[in-house]
Amino acid sequence: MTEFLQQLINSLTLGSIYALIALGYTMIYGVLRFVNFAHGDVFMVGSFAGYYIAPYLVKGIAESGRHLPFVPPFAQNSYAGAIAVLLFAMLVCAILGMVTEKVAYRPLRSRPRLTMLITAIGVSIFLEYFGQFLFGADPKSFPSLMDMHSFDWMDTKFGLTVTNVDVTILGVTLALLFALRMIVMKTKIGMAMRALSVNPTACSLMGVNNDMVITFTFGLGSALAGAGGILYGTAYPSIDPLLGVNVGLKAFIAAVLGGIGNIPGAALGGFLIGLIETMVVGYWSSNYRDAIAFAVLILILLVKPTGLLGKSEREKV
Amino acid sequence: MDSGATIQKGLPLKSTKWKNFEGSLWQLKSARRFPSIRRITHKGTNMVKTHIKTLVFLAVMAMGCAAGRAQDEIIVGEFASLTGGNASFGQSSHKGTELAVEEINAAGGVLGKKIKLITEDDQSLAGQPATIMRKFISSDKVIAVLGEVASSKSLEAAPICQSNKIPMISPASTNPKVTEVGDYIFRVCFIDPFQGTVGAKFALGRGWKNVAVLTDVKQDYCKGLAEFFKQAFEKNGGKIVKEQSYSTGDKDFKAQITSIKAAKPDAIYVPGYYGEVALIARQAKQLGLKVPLLGGDGWVGDSLITVAGPAIEGSFFSNHYSEEDKSPVIQDFVKKYKAKYGSVPDAMAALGYDSANILADAIKRAGTTDGEKLRNAIAATKDYKAVTGTITLDEHRNATKPAVMMTVKDGKFSYVDTVSP
Repeated sequence: MTEFLQQLINSLTLGSIYALIALGYTMIYGVLRFVNFAHGDVFMVGSFAGYYIAPYLVKGIAESGRHLPFVPPFAQNSYAGAIAVLLFAMLVCAILGMVTEKVAYRPLRSRPRLTMLITAIGVSIFLEYFGQFLFGADPKSFPSLMDMHSFDWMDTKFGLTVTNVDVTILGVTLALLFALRMIVMKTKIGMAMRALSVNPTACSLMGVNNDMVITFTFGLGSALAGAGGILYGTAYPSIDPLLGVNVGLKAFIAAVLGGIGNIPGAALGGFLIGLIETMVVGYWSSNYRDAIAFAVLILILLVKPTGLLGKSEREKV
Repeated sequence: MDSGATIQKGLPLKSTKWKNFEGSLWQLKSARRFPSIRRITHKGTNMVKTHIKTLVFLAVMAMGCAAGRAQDEIIVGEFASLTGGNASFGQSSHKGTELAVEEINAAGGVLGKKIKLITEDDQSLAGQPATIMRKFISSDKVIAVLGEVASSKSLEAAPICQSNKIPMISPASTNPKVTEVGDYIFRVCFIDPFQGTVGAKFALGRGWKNVAVLTDVKQDYCKGLAEFFKQAFEKNGGKIVKEQSYSTGDKDFKAQITSIKAAKPDAIYVPGYYGEVALIARQAKQLGLKVPLLGGDGWVGDSLITVAGPAIEGSFFSNHYSEEDKSPVIQDFVKKYKAKYGSVPDAMAALGYDSANILADAIKRAGTTDGEKLRNAIAATKDYKAVTGTITLDEHRNATKPAVMMTVKDGKFSYVDTVSP
């Protein structure tokens, strides 16, 4: 039983990261009806942005009190540095997402959707191999953003190992999910995103600037991928330019499993894929991990073609 | 929204088609209307002609060069993973090989000729070695091939070398299958049955009776080592309490480690490559598993220590040599390597160095670079005083020599014991 609970905890870390990336897939699909296959590579760029900036930011913030009198002491610890790194990576990815949308996808928007899909694969391959050229192909060791320690009381009471890294990853994911939910449901731009996904023509007739909303959606989705990149680097501190291929594919499955276009569905799909993978490896064999994950996807789509939470009249964003 | 075509501009699909058709019509018309477009195409053909002339010229030049090169140089091909997941191996073995070739050439070369080393990067990717071998044989006309560290890469290159009768010496591929490919394939390292047995003996010697095994199922090297470890360990009274696996490139091992932890082993045998082993060590520590890891020479890589940090301290692995060994051959090599590259040579560098030296020694004894005679000379290598021990190639073209056990202490590899065959 302890082993089972431990596997459940393990699966949450993996699932959180899948969920964050799946959200980007699902949001972009929601507004454009198009799968952005370069999304996994935006995630990779996010972790590299963190890799390069972390040494400066973490140290700079820790020492900022010495040079700047107005920085309060609570903002000088390593957590503040980690948050700064997270925000920086999100910003870099948001800009990258918006630029790719503007340069690669917008000119093709009136063309058949297949053209855009092929372009997305092209952008993906470009990012991967330009990354190999820029960052080098050998795996890099991601800097540690926080000192890892496990909670002793969990160990003594339940025999479970839970570290602060696990808790932080889950916490950051849930916070971002909540923030996204707020943006989509409570703000004006969120309303525009929902309107656009229902009917773009009518939406622009109502005075919504469709281009602006689409750019914003790309920015938001890519920022989540950037956050995923930092969390991934913290959990598995070995990153390389082809990192996004596998993780991106899994996150895409997660989005489809939950019902592509549906935000809670993407999050649920992410956690579910993480759970399936962990349990198959833990109780069976790593050889069958991907086979089972895909088999589950096929089964669910056979029974429910719109995915788990997808409805015929779904909430699309 | 039901129809995909009306999403953006509200235009039916048909009209887009018409627009395209009109566009192509316009292009046709404009070509007639604006002669400048024609002029450009005309210029284009001229440029093609000039290019062909240049190409022919270059080709003639290249042929001249190749002919000139063949006379006063001996061309040896080397393939290594200079980038990608196994880059640490490739960089080290390449530096060792390069150093050996430089020394041989500085001492006047062999048979009065200099050795020219052509190095190709296989990017740690499957499929690349075969392409590189074809280039070596058809375009570079190499007389012998040195490489690879990873067994799966060597296994890909070996059949091509064998069928073209080009001798190949692998510095560090320890899987037995590599030299079983044919009589032109050699290695200067020991093989997995020996390394697995050493690991098993060491574990039993430490009093570890219950050991779990965690293997990379995508690597011939890892599967081989795990197999021979299990055989030797169980034969001598040990018990394998759990077997788990992963695939190259995986980053999450928590599921495997949790299941291993439940089996309560005394140690875990992880005969993987350094990239994954580092993450396994970290996650094992994270999950509160306090037993040592045990592995093979695949652990040798800088990022093992930088990624794993304190988590890998106190773990053990078998290796080909230790730079802490006081014997003059080793200390002399360490000094020269440090002077050239500014770092301490690891086992892969030492094996790369040995592979090039054994080849040069065989060319000298053969007195020719002819494929068959050279092969016989390499096969006859006996009691060669190499950096990684005295090398004698047996009838299966494998080197027999002792292994060393190493540990990680204070962020450094350090020597524990020597185990003889």
